[in-house]
Amino acid sequence: MSDLVLLATKKGTLIFDRKNGRWSSRPIAHPGMAVSYAAADPRDGTMWACMDNAHWGPALMRSRDAGTTWEDASRISYPKGARYIEQLIPDPKVMEEAGKPVTYKPAALMKVWVLGFAGKDQPGVIHAGTLPGGLFTTRDGGESWELNRPLWNHDSRGGDLFAGEATSKNEWGGTPAAMAYGDFVPGIHSVAVDPRDSNHLYIAVSSAGVVETRDGGKTWAGCNRGMLNDYLPSPEAAWGHDPHFVTLCPGQPERLWQQNHCGVFTSEDGAGRWKRVSQPDASVHFGFPIAADAKDGNTAWVVPLRSDQERMSISGGLFVARTQDGGASWQSFREGLPQEHCYDVIYRHALDASGDRVCFGTTTGNAYLSEDRGETWRCLGNNLPPIHSVRFA
Amino acid sequence: MAQVTFTRHLLRFFPSLPETEEVAGATVRELLDALDRRYPGFSGYIVDELGRLRRHVNVFVREEPIYDRETLADKVAPGDKVHIMQALSGG
Repeated sequence: MSDLVLLATKKGTLIFDRKNGRWSSRPIAHPGMAVSYAAADPRDGTMWACMDNAHWGPALMRSRDAGTTWEDASRISYPKGARYIEQLIPDPKVMEEAGKPVTYKPAALMKVWVLGFAGKDQPGVIHAGTLPGGLFTTRDGGESWELNRPLWNHDSRGGDLFAGEATSKNEWGGTPAAMAYGDFVPGIHSVAVDPRDSNHLYIAVSSAGVVETRDGGKTWAGCNRGMLNDYLPSPEAAWGHDPHFVTLCPGQPERLWQQNHCGVFTSEDGAGRWKRVSQPDASVHFGFPIAADAKDGNTAWVVPLRSDQERMSISGGLFVARTQDGGASWQSFREGLPQEHCYDVIYRHALDASGDRVCFGTTTGNAYLSEDRGETWRCLGNNLPPIHSVRFA
Repeated sequence: MAQVTFTRHLLRFFPSLPETEEVAGATVRELLDALDRRYPGFSGYIVDELGRLRRHVNVFVREEPIYDRETLADKVAPGDKVHIMQALSGG
């Protein structure tokens, strides 16, 4: 159970420590600079912050002394010749893309959206999910990063665009999260590494779905069977899904959890098949983050929001829902959370669990922490910057 | 040599950066390459990996914004004053 939690915010990285039963914040790191994601490598404690500086571009910083000092890590760069198929920014005046000739754009890093740490069987290996949809891997603890070309060149993205024209249809849609960066491109926001074998990992793409490799990234396959969407003519399409966040239970890695645009889904067979387990009647359906218990595959937490149309807390109050039976039923917990005039949105990386502790942060700068598995809550801060990610060390 | 003046915001990343520095180069791109050799990693703050000026960075030559934000081919003559500025944006 962790005594330290990192918050990536619009104005820097906040670290809260638990000492003598009290949680308190250190002075903010990277003051004034937007941080899209911050986490500690469980293998060696190195802290990472993904800088999302609007002026000076996306960059990575790391701390090898538990957050006392930070240094620049190598920038992630798309290699020369990396291209993607251009997608039109959704516009109600342009209803139909069909028949439009395929056009390409050169790829440049817009944002590092998430980091995924390999296990102890692969020291120094870290994966970075980015906009515009490339997965990068370092094998030397962040000294150098390499684009995963088999995924970038996957048939679901049009094939090898380094080599020439598209040879297949692009199935990866853009994510609205990219619009602030001036384009409509896909993004990789989830990296879930199998703790039994670091060559086996899942990534999740907005907007495409979940993709899996079992050979360390040499080959990839979509694994979206059982997924349902509410916005395409074919609800069981192989692609076109909108996972908001995907994670797995480290103690039972065949169990995956997915908060999707179209509900909460789970898989008991390593993403062989997904099952929708949300319960709109219990207000558990739409939301962005999901956290899995480290040991018990049947336990997960979500912070639901009111519908994809409105994206705000339900009836003005915040609550956390927990299942302990694999999604068959959900319990809602409100004690210690505001229950009126509350409009908080919880981003996809802004909920985490560590043993009995659960923490989440909101776009309106509130952070809440529970030490009894989500049943009662205390406030860590009310006037924080907008919170992009929450991760226990 | 051009006289390159930097926004003070860059001091945060390059504490030894002077207010103004003499840099050799016939184009803005060449100035940036020279600065990157002097301050490793500097150009990554100004341009992306395709060499395009970042969206919220401005470069002025003789007090005029550069024309070519894609490749930074704008000519620079000896004695020219060049400013690397943070654009007026934020939140």
